[in-house]
Amino acid sequence: MSDLAKTPEPTKGPADRTDRTAPGDAVDAEQSAAPAAAAAPVDPRLLVREQGFAGYWTEFVRKVRGGELGSLPVVIGLIVIGLVFQLQNDKFLSASSLANIAVFTSGVGIMSVGIVFVLLLGEIDLSVGSVAGVGAAVWAVLSVNHGWGDWLSVFVAIASGLVIGVLHGFFFAKIGVPAFVVTLAGFLGWSGLQIWMMGKEGSINTPTGSVVEDLTTHFFADKAAAYGLALVAVLAYAGSQLWDSRRRKEAELPSRPLSEVLLRTGVLAVLAFVVAYFLNEPKGARGLPLALVLFLAVLVIADFVARRTTFGRQVFAVGGNAEAARRAGINVDRVRITVFAISGMLAAFGGLFIASLSGGATKSLGSGNTLMIVIAAAVIGGTSLFGGRGKIWSAMLGMLVIQSIQQGLNLEGMASEIQYMITGAVLLAAVVIDSVSRRTQKSAGRA
Amino acid sequence: MIHVSATPVLALRGVSKRFGAVQALTDVDLEIHTGEVVALVGDNGAGKSTLVKTISGVHPIDDGAIEWEGTKVDIGRPHDAQNLGVATVYQDLALCDNLDVVANLFLGSELRSASVLDEIRMEKRARELLDTLSIRIPSVRIPVAALSGGQRQVVAIARALVGDPKVVILDEPTAALGVEQTAQVLDLVERLRERGHGVILISHNMADVQAVADRVAVLRLGRNNGVFDVAQTSPEEVIAAITGATDNAVTRRRARTATALKEDAK
Ligand SMILES: Nc1ncnc2c1ncn2[C@@H]1O[C@H](COP(=O)(O)OP(=O)(O)OP(=O)(O)O)[C@@H](O)[C@H]1O
Ligand SMILES: [Mg+2]
Repeated sequence: MSDLAKTPEPTKGPADRTDRTAPGDAVDAEQSAAPAAAAAPVDPRLLVREQGFAGYWTEFVRKVRGGELGSLPVVIGLIVIGLVFQLQNDKFLSASSLANIAVFTSGVGIMSVGIVFVLLLGEIDLSVGSVAGVGAAVWAVLSVNHGWGDWLSVFVAIASGLVIGVLHGFFFAKIGVPAFVVTLAGFLGWSGLQIWMMGKEGSINTPTGSVVEDLTTHFFADKAAAYGLALVAVLAYAGSQLWDSRRRKEAELPSRPLSEVLLRTGVLAVLAFVVAYFLNEPKGARGLPLALVLFLAVLVIADFVARRTTFGRQVFAVGGNAEAARRAGINVDRVRITVFAISGMLAAFGGLFIASLSGGATKSLGSGNTLMIVIAAAVIGGTSLFGGRGKIWSAMLGMLVIQSIQQGLNLEGMASEIQYMITGAVLLAAVVIDSVSRRTQKSAGRA
Repeated sequence: MIHVSATPVLALRGVSKRFGAVQALTDVDLEIHTGEVVALVGDNGAGKSTLVKTISGVHPIDDGAIEWEGTKVDIGRPHDAQNLGVATVYQDLALCDNLDVVANLFLGSELRSASVLDEIRMEKRARELLDTLSIRIPSVRIPVAALSGGQRQVVAIARALVGDPKVVILDEPTAALGVEQTAQVLDLVERLRERGHGVILISHNMADVQAVADRVAVLRLGRNNGVFDVAQTSPEEVIAAITGATDNAVTRRRARTATALKEDAK
């Protein structure tokens, strides 16, 4: 204590502290009491690089070495899957096969977006399959048996998913029942409700020409649709990046170098237009599926909410350290209830897609492996099971992996038991990659 | 001493707090005026952090009353305290490891336009705040998990300055800090006082307390054990109150050094 026991001489106030010169210069040049040697070593990885493309590349390599793989394993996995199946069967990359993947990905993918929110919170929702079933049942009973309007019954179906989610959230957040147990009870209870609602026959067919049928069967045949959407996406992305860069420069903050913005936009453009090409051009192509448009819309909105809004920030905070979030004045209960409501709502929405694909609502819609696929997709896509880390887009990436494998194996005529085993192995691989990369990150001081 | 207003901005009257079998606080009184630094001292487990948490709404009080600018208020959750204008730096820092420095600084009071975050304004402000505390952080965009203990502590302190609080509570803010950063934090405490904030400073370091505090409130075993005017009190008297007035710490220390010397001599 004796060293500090002396009154520390008041050093200079903030006024005469020199402002840093270069915005990227994270190391404060100003140095007073501490010996110079103590200040010098700053992890070079953490310095903001600003030297164009080369800098981008070295940073990328450094990140991968440090275990920050991000979406890299999934993207590589997708490429490998595509190559392997294409070599086995050249129908894999055909128009109808790709359209199938897109359509099958959408419904469960939307459910998976809800799960990503729940996982970000560090919780789990085991009820999504049953809630999807209830959503489909509500829609079918209202619109077919009771003759309600198409849109109204769809709306009520989605709203019922939301109410169910609020109920789960209430028991979890306010009563304190573990989410695992609440949603496990929901898993059983709601599927009971679904079976009861479906009545004796146990299935209600989708009326032809209804909104729900259109969900997965409508395609925008006009080629302008797919290309136009790709163009809009690329322009919007580039625009937002450039605008952000400019604002950051104005604020004298480090910003993405132009070369990186161009590179990112270029990659996105290639991807978007290749997909659009395959949806439009090959023989038998039907154009842009409505299902894909809806899925992308959900993804974009959810991603915006998660990364750019206060609510999203609160979800990450509660997932990272709920007590710290509470002390920061965040209404933790409300965040939790809202997240479960989102999950329930998207589950019911996804249920309508499944009904559309399978020709109607049934007693068993959403049972079986739906729940596992939905959770597996989020995890395969790179969202942590332990809360606070993840991306909305992992729902899409993971679901693409799963559906591509299923589609490929279907083309091979492989039985569904094999598909289960392979999907299980992929899930395990994804979690292994996640754990290993997290360990590398720890040893690199980044986690 | 700086002029002190008549009504305290914050006053605790007979506050008690129980945790199961532990009576952490019994009948505690405390007053903080604007433009005043009150040091809160006491042994480990004396109840300092608990007292702070009752003020900041983490643990609602069982008994007694909290008065804000003369009127009784209910502080049932952290949000209530923040609305009144209390900012707290917790002993355990209460940071979200997965969020970056900027996100942590503004957690709960994000700058935004219509609930869309204004990251750029927040980042700029974050840099300014951290500069005034003269801490070097590799980047304000890395997760807090990647920072050193002292860097994390400075982030937690900077958090308290984001809003414009009337009362700032610092629970052992310099425990993990180096010499320069400690000096900066003490400077900061003085600046807060000059700007008319009320400050509660918890510290085990009597020198820090002597340097910046106007008054010292001593807690012992969850009860008040005297409030001292720093200008007119010697550290020995305060230490005596901390350890129990009957058993003077200074004499006890002397006795201990004496026995130690004797043992050395053997
Ligand atoms: N959440 C809790 N649950 C149960 N007991 C608690 C809790 N928080 C504190 N206590 C008890 O209350 C008493 C006072 O603890 P407190 O943390 O306020 O001490 P302190 O004065 O801050 O000590 P230190 O100087 O070590 O930080 C201790 O006996 C402690 O065991
Ligand atoms: Mg304490």
